[in-house]
Amino acid sequence: MRKWKHHVDLFELLRILLALIIAIGVSALLILITSETPLYSLSVFLFAPFEKLKYFSNVLEMMVPLTFTGLSLCIVYQSKNFSLIADGCFYMGAVAAAFVAIKFVMPFGLHPFVAMAIAGIVGGFIGVLPGIIKIKWQANELVSSLMMNYIFYFLGLYIINYFLRDPQASVFASYKFSPTFALPGILEGTRLHAGFLIAMASVVLVYFYIYKTKWGYELRIVGDNLNFAKYSGINTAKVLVVSQFIAGTLAGVGGAIEMSGMYKRFIWDSPPSYAWDGVIIALLTKNNPKYVPFAAFFLSYLRIGADLMSRRSDVDNQIISIIQAVIILLIAAEHFLAKWRLKSENKVAKDKYITANLEG
Amino acid sequence: MDMIMHMIWNDAFWFAVIRVTTPILYATLGAVIASRAGAINIGIEGTMLTGALMGVLFSAFTQNAWIGLLASMVSGALLGALLAYFALKMKSNIVLTGIAINILSAGGTIFLLTTITGDKGISTSLNSKVLPNIDIPFIADLPVVGSVLSGHNVLTYLVLVCIVMVHILFNHTALGLRIRAVGEAPESADSVGIDVFKIKIIALVLSGVLAGIGGAFLSMGYMSWFSAGMTAGRGYIALAARAIAGNSSVGALFASLLFGFADTLSNYLQSVQIPVEFIHMIPYVITILGFIVISIVNNKRELMRKKRQLG
Repeated sequence: MRKWKHHVDLFELLRILLALIIAIGVSALLILITSETPLYSLSVFLFAPFEKLKYFSNVLEMMVPLTFTGLSLCIVYQSKNFSLIADGCFYMGAVAAAFVAIKFVMPFGLHPFVAMAIAGIVGGFIGVLPGIIKIKWQANELVSSLMMNYIFYFLGLYIINYFLRDPQASVFASYKFSPTFALPGILEGTRLHAGFLIAMASVVLVYFYIYKTKWGYELRIVGDNLNFAKYSGINTAKVLVVSQFIAGTLAGVGGAIEMSGMYKRFIWDSPPSYAWDGVIIALLTKNNPKYVPFAAFFLSYLRIGADLMSRRSDVDNQIISIIQAVIILLIAAEHFLAKWRLKSENKVAKDKYITANLEG
Repeated sequence: MDMIMHMIWNDAFWFAVIRVTTPILYATLGAVIASRAGAINIGIEGTMLTGALMGVLFSAFTQNAWIGLLASMVSGALLGALLAYFALKMKSNIVLTGIAINILSAGGTIFLLTTITGDKGISTSLNSKVLPNIDIPFIADLPVVGSVLSGHNVLTYLVLVCIVMVHILFNHTALGLRIRAVGEAPESADSVGIDVFKIKIIALVLSGVLAGIGGAFLSMGYMSWFSAGMTAGRGYIALAARAIAGNSSVGALFASLLFGFADTLSNYLQSVQIPVEFIHMIPYVITILGFIVISIVNNKRELMRKKRQLG
């Protein structure tokens, strides 16, 4: 049994790797076609993040928000609840943190954590909204969450514009955050901040929650088989609300950490949409938090590589969206390489049958 | 309140309502067709966006707005086929595939525009064409009615034709009945010899074509250029409007008008002393409220039906 499972995992890994290679191959082809300095652009895209410590640390910095939205979406998809509210949670978490950063006076050490706590609560309450509407009235959570993301985006803009906006600034920006709000750096000569450690700790906590607690167990049963969960006496509504709250909290905290780690003012006049990366991460990791840092690293590496490429050459950094789309298309496709999988599964089954017969 | 009333009882207001409703209505009709085939096409948002860009690019290259429109339709058809291929042949989750189409369109349109024009995000450097506005004989001369109903973009009148065509499709043609059969009971449809894959692919391609036209309207009628993210969630609103419409093409008209009304109101209210952010929220708030109300109604109906079956 164990061997069979191992085999399937290995197959999944190969499948994902192949999808990633194809996606990068497609983008490489596009770069070769569109760029006037094709090989230079491509090499910047693929290798520049390794050139300097600063660039590599940019990759690790970008991993932080992606890890949080990735974890959030892992929980959401574990519950088979296709809500995309994490985008709104992340944005409002950042707004809430900016509010705390500007309006509250607090000592060093405490300030960012209070902001995270408040952002987490805000994110949690926003996160459960599509779930509650679904439980109460069977309204499709996908549609309602997409609408709500716009509503919360405008609400966030309102809070910044009317309470926190710096009239002296020539562009859209809030007042400066209080210096006590900043998270300390953890790597000399870079902007890498303590939020990275919090993100990694969250990975462990979320893994623990999903695979080692009763709540997580119930969550997985509800996601696997809703009817079975109902008949075995699980309060499915409660499981859904709790899990969506935790998912929203993670996204909200992610927004707060991004503010206190990377920014001096709130300057997002449009949402950064890290929730979509979260969807890709959940897909790449099969909703298992254990693998989230790897997937986040990969996506983050592509983003930084593409940014460097667009700064130094004539290729636009939006090329990553093409890679992301190809990855989703191929990995979501159950039939991508399915024949190969079936063959190898059959072979394992046959081997097992023969061994069993020999032993019997 | 008086001021709002004054605003609403005005020809220009209702003219704007019809104009704003047009792209949503195309997208909603697209969502209706997909939904009838038992599929949720969340990729409509991205399909519209791609359609908008293709219209601008092709009309600029050929200096012919109609070829631009054709390009929008073709791009919509291709994205619909892509969705169908992955969802049906490759057994992908259709929501994830739709998300992939949206991500591809959101970034891919900017990538394409930057590569071609060097400008990021807006196509004003291209000399793209717009589709003509039409004055309807007789009606144009009527007071009030004329100034509300006449002089719209040709695509606004075409969408009315599309409503009728979608209605006929589902109620009076074999293809429409097959699409419904496939959507309601795919196994049964399969057992009587309907090629489920083929029917679904046709439905999703049609859905994409309508979304593509909606996009063409945005960049060649509503505006005369393409800008990044110009669909602004209209494809998502269409999904909610589809639910409100309950899969009927005439219902789609009213559900889209609800949004068109809310959006126009929000444009007009910008002169009033309400924070502009709340005004921008109005269309989404009204859409989600409508969506929740219809879900409650459907839910009640379902319960009643079950009760009757039991009793």
